[in-house]
Order: sequence, then structure tokens, then C-alpha cells
Amino acid sequence: MSKDMVEVTARPRSLVDVPLHYCPGCTHGIIHRLVAEAIDSLGIRERTIGVASVGCSVFIYNYFDVDFQQAPHGRAPAVATGIKRVLPDRVVFTYQGDGDLASIGTAEILHAAARGERITVIFVNNAIYGMTGGQMAPTTLPEMTTTTTPYGRDVRQAGAALRVVELLAGIDGVAYAAREAVTSPARIHRARRAVEAAFRAQLEDRGLGIVELLSTCPVNWKLPPVEAIAWCEANMIPAFPLGVLKDTSGSRK
Amino acid sequence: MTACPEGDAPIGVIPPQRVLIAAERCKGCGLCVAVCPPEIMELGALNRLGYAVVGVTDQARCTSCTACALVCPEVAIIVLRPPRARQAPEGTK
Amino acid sequence: MKRTLMKGNEALAEAAIRAGCRAYFGYPITPQNEVPEYMARHMPKAGGVFVQAESEIAAINMVHGASGAGVRAMATTSSPGFSLMTEGLSYMIGSRLPCVVANVMRGGPGLGNIAPAQGDYFQVTRGLGHGDTHGIVLAPSTVQEIVDLMPVAFELAERYRLPVVIAADGILGQMMEPVTLPEPIVPPPPPDWATTGAVGTPRVISSIYLAPEDLERHILSLMKTYQEIREREQRWEAYRADDAEVLVVAYGTAARVVRTAVDRVRAQGVAAGMIRPITLWPFPTTAFERSPRRWLVVELSAGQMVEDVRLALSGRSPVGFYGRVGGIVPSPMEVSEAIRSAVVGEGVKT
Repeated sequence: MSKDMVEVTARPRSLVDVPLHYCPGCTHGIIHRLVAEAIDSLGIRERTIGVASVGCSVFIYNYFDVDFQQAPHGRAPAVATGIKRVLPDRVVFTYQGDGDLASIGTAEILHAAARGERITVIFVNNAIYGMTGGQMAPTTLPEMTTTTTPYGRDVRQAGAALRVVELLAGIDGVAYAAREAVTSPARIHRARRAVEAAFRAQLEDRGLGIVELLSTCPVNWKLPPVEAIAWCEANMIPAFPLGVLKDTSGSRK
Repeated sequence: MTACPEGDAPIGVIPPQRVLIAAERCKGCGLCVAVCPPEIMELGALNRLGYAVVGVTDQARCTSCTACALVCPEVAIIVLRPPRARQAPEGTK
Repeated sequence: MKRTLMKGNEALAEAAIRAGCRAYFGYPITPQNEVPEYMARHMPKAGGVFVQAESEIAAINMVHGASGAGVRAMATTSSPGFSLMTEGLSYMIGSRLPCVVANVMRGGPGLGNIAPAQGDYFQVTRGLGHGDTHGIVLAPSTVQEIVDLMPVAFELAERYRLPVVIAADGILGQMMEPVTLPEPIVPPPPPDWATTGAVGTPRVISSIYLAPEDLERHILSLMKTYQEIREREQRWEAYRADDAEVLVVAYGTAARVVRTAVDRVRAQGVAAGMIRPITLWPFPTTAFERSPRRWLVVELSAGQMVEDVRLALSGRSPVGFYGRVGGIVPSPMEVSEAIRSAVVGEGVKT
């Protein structure tokens, strides 16, 4: 490397320099980086405590240079509440998949939102259960084939996909609710800004901040990574509209 | 605006590497290949884990746009650029 | 120190605050609602945190968070809610987190009723949730004992980094008795392992040990702690036991009735006594190194602690059982009859 060259990108300080265990092309890696970048740019690494959930990201504590507690499936917002209430000047975030947050954990996220807990929720939605091998998620789209909807999700039997941030945005205690995708460089920039804004909702003591990030699951969707990205763009974005649904900061970022 | 120093490189000098890839972290997912605007990325030889590692076919055509680094889930790509000349106007990226 | 008349549930709450508890999470369920209500009024005044959680599941997970952040944290509930907490308790044991949880037991199974019972003995002693789990279980028998055991509960929880369960019942929770409250203590600072923000190497609180060898090592360490506890923390009361021909084993509210019954039959010439476990786990096996002619176990259940008594005696003597279920509390007269029958050797049907 020429010593004249200038780094345009760098590994974020808060992201530990170890290999990630995710499948090739899994967007968790992108999202981890965005969260680490937000933590770095806000200068909060040493007072941040993460709450890991149950899903492919269960080992997230290996990848961030911050304190972490591991929560039972779905319970991360409750664990986060316990931490934040006793350490109100620390920054507490949860990182949850669609099963953790939208299935078993619906009560916990809804009530953390209702209480206006000053926590930040990173919600990774890839419309399927990754870790357990590809079963239906609450956000699985109609007609989508999964191991528990082998003939395609039948809305009459299994319901339609749940749009989570819309539900939460309607709750007073939510200060920031947005949905972005990480399926292109431009979207990734927007996603990073949304993640930062969700942290700022906490730092500015305004309420709960949640970002839903549309993601892929190449292995369980049975698509190569690049095609999975395209599938997400073509099918998930129309079903889960992108944008900032709620922002009490008075400035749309 | 002064020309990029590379444009003045004499024949036979290797252009500086703008894209560095951590070969043992690459999982050959191909996301960077798909987003590279000049299409100068290509999956190639296998690494120790058996993944086809991406390489840059023509560093001279790279503009350090960082699209590859942005989409890389392994944080395996570092993008560099040559230092700007002093008289470069504001707002130049 | 002043003696004051207090309801069991309120004394429990006040004693916890005085013992340095600064985080309480609970959900309304009869017969312990006075605890969250008292905490709602008083915990903020003590500079602590009170949250009415959306469920007992959420409450125990909030305890996990607060305890992991280095604060003395507590939750209370009754039997159906305790079932919900067992998931979180298992995680806390796997993660070696201290806490105090009170189960003010009521009639079960299922919704049952709101009358007092001791039907959760198995639930609290056999294992707190899935896995090789144990937590210390304390069984007070008077409101004063609730107050006295509270600082002990927090200290034991922290010494062994495990949950401590206070097994009370609806009568203890609702009754009013005179108590002497201790002086409040200053809560200890957060331990080194608490997640308070990583200045230096980050701390991780987790119960995940993916490789079997790692999980085995972790559980062996837990087992070592359990063994230490069994050796050091057995607590019981022996009442008129030394010359007893029939020893009655009972805890909590049942022990109050048994105490009266023992006095009655003693007055009638029967040499009865009581062994009252104060720790249900570790079971006070040491207290059973005795040989009266007869043993009788009295519980407000279909017979749960009786199994531990039989185990402790290793088949040395027969063990009779007298129990009432459904929230019924036997009278001293009934229990006296049961003791007399035990002595006569008729055995007692339940």
C-alpha cells in the first residue's frame, strides 16, 4: 500500500476485528457495521450496553466492543428496560430479528414502546426464521415458501405479513420509527442515518427509537446473495414501505 | 483542477491500490461485484475456507466510490484514494 | 427500634428496600398486590426504580437487566406468575446473576384460587426453570421472619450469584403482625462483572455455551456452588424436638398450625416436636439425623416436601403425611388428630 493513500473507509472502532459467522451475503454484517458506525460517530462506545437476542445474531456480543447482556428469546426490550432504568445515563440498545421481536417478543417491544423507554431497537427483518432453518416468520410474505409453509404462505391459514414499525409508530412513547433497506449503497447510507437517528431519540431523552431494516436470508430463501438482494428489493420493499414513519426531533434526517 | 497524479504516471508504474480486500474474510458473496459501477470486481481464487475471493481487475479504473465497502457484509474491504492536491476546489469528492 | 403492625406483603417490600433493593419489577396478581403497590409508593422515595411490567415474563427479564447492571433487584409474584418467571430464572442461573424473587403461593394448578397453598414446593426446589438449575429457597413462617430473611436473601444471592426465592403463601402475605424493622443499609456498589459500560474489556453476561465441553465445565462449576450451598446454608428450626417421639415437619403457614398442634398434644402427654425447614433448598438434611418413633409431614399440598423428608431419612423410618389442598388451611385440632394417629401408628390418609 502506498503510504500516500488516504483511507476513505475504515473498520469502525466499535466493531471487533474478528471473522463474522454469518452466511455469505447475509446483511447482518452490513447492519452490524452501521450500528458500530453510529456508536462511534456519537462517541458513546464506553457507555453503551447492548442486549443480544435469539436468532442468527445471538453471538453479536462477540462482534462489538461494548458490554452486552444476552436475553431470552423475545425479552430483549424487557432486559433493556431493566438496564436503562437503573443506569439512565448509559446508552442501551437491542438487536433483534423478526421472530424475536415480532413473534415471541411482541408484548415486550410493545410495552417498552408504550412506556417510552429510552432505548434503541435495531430490528432486522428478513421475512423468515434464519437460525432455526427457514420457518415462517410473522413478516413472511403471502405465497412465500418456508419450511412451515411448504405450499406457500396461505393468508387464510397463517395470516398475512405483519408490518411492525407501523404498529409501533402509533404509540406515543415512540420518538423515532423508520424502515429502511440495506440492499444498495444508497439505501445503506439512508439506513445509517436512520440508525443514528434512533440512537439520538435516546440521547435526547425523547423516547424509544426503532429502525426496521429490510434484510436478506440467502440460504433460507434459497437464492444466491445477489439474487436475494434483488428479491428483497422487488418483493419486500413494496410490502414494507420505506421511510421515516415518526420522528419527534423536529428535523427529518 | 490538477489532473490526478496517476494520469501522469509513466508507463510501467503500477497504479496505487485503491481497494484492499481481506482475502481470508471474503466469503465470495458477490455483492460488491454487483454494485461496482465500472464493473472491475471479479470472484477468483479460493481462500483457506473455500470461498472464491473477490479481486479488482483494474485498479486504475477504480474511483474510490466505496460502493463495494458499503455492501460488504464481512467488512473485508478497505477503500483508499490518493491524497487530494492542495488546489482542489471545495466540494470535490 | 420501634415495633409496628404490618401486613406481610408490605413488610416484605419495606424490608427489601431497607436491605438495599433499588429495583423492583412486578405484575399485579393476588395475593401479593400490596407488594407492587407499596413499592410504587416507596421505591422512588428511596431513589430506586419501580416498574409495573406488562407480565411476569417481562418482570423477571427486567430483573435480569437490572441485576446484570449491578443493582439489587427483586420481583414478586404468585404461583401462576412464578411459572412464567421460571424461564427468566433459568437464564439468570445460567448467567450467574443474583436476584430475589418472592412467590406468595396460592391454590393451583392452573388459575386455581387466591387462597393460600404450598403447591409450588416442587417448582421452587426441583429446579428454577429448565436445565440443572437451583436457587436458594427461603421459607419464612412469620412476618418478622420475612423481614429478618430479606437481607439474608440479598447477601446469599450475591455471594453465590444465584436467585434466592422467598416461598411465602397467601396467609403470610395478607396477615398483619407486629414487626421490628432493621436499619436501612446502603446498597453495595456494582460488582466488576456488571454491564455498566465498557471502559476497557467489555463484559458479557450470557448463558450460552455452545460447545458441550464448555457447557459441561460451566455446569460443573454451578454444581460446585450448589454443593457449597448444601454444606453451608441449611437453615431450620427444631421446636421441642430433642425428646420428641413424633416429629412433625412443616414450613411456612403450615408450621404455625403445627406449632400450636404440637403444644396441644404435648399438654395431652404426647411427646411431639417439629422440624421446621427455613431453607427448602438446600433441604436441611442435617436436621433429620434423629430417630423419633414416627415422622409426620404436614403441607398445604398433595405431598411435595414429604418426598424430600423421605429422601433425607433414606428409608430409615416410615414417614406419614397429612395435607390439605385447594387453599384450605387445616386447624390445629385436625393436625393434633393427625399427630396422635401417627403416634398410634395407624397412618393417616390424606
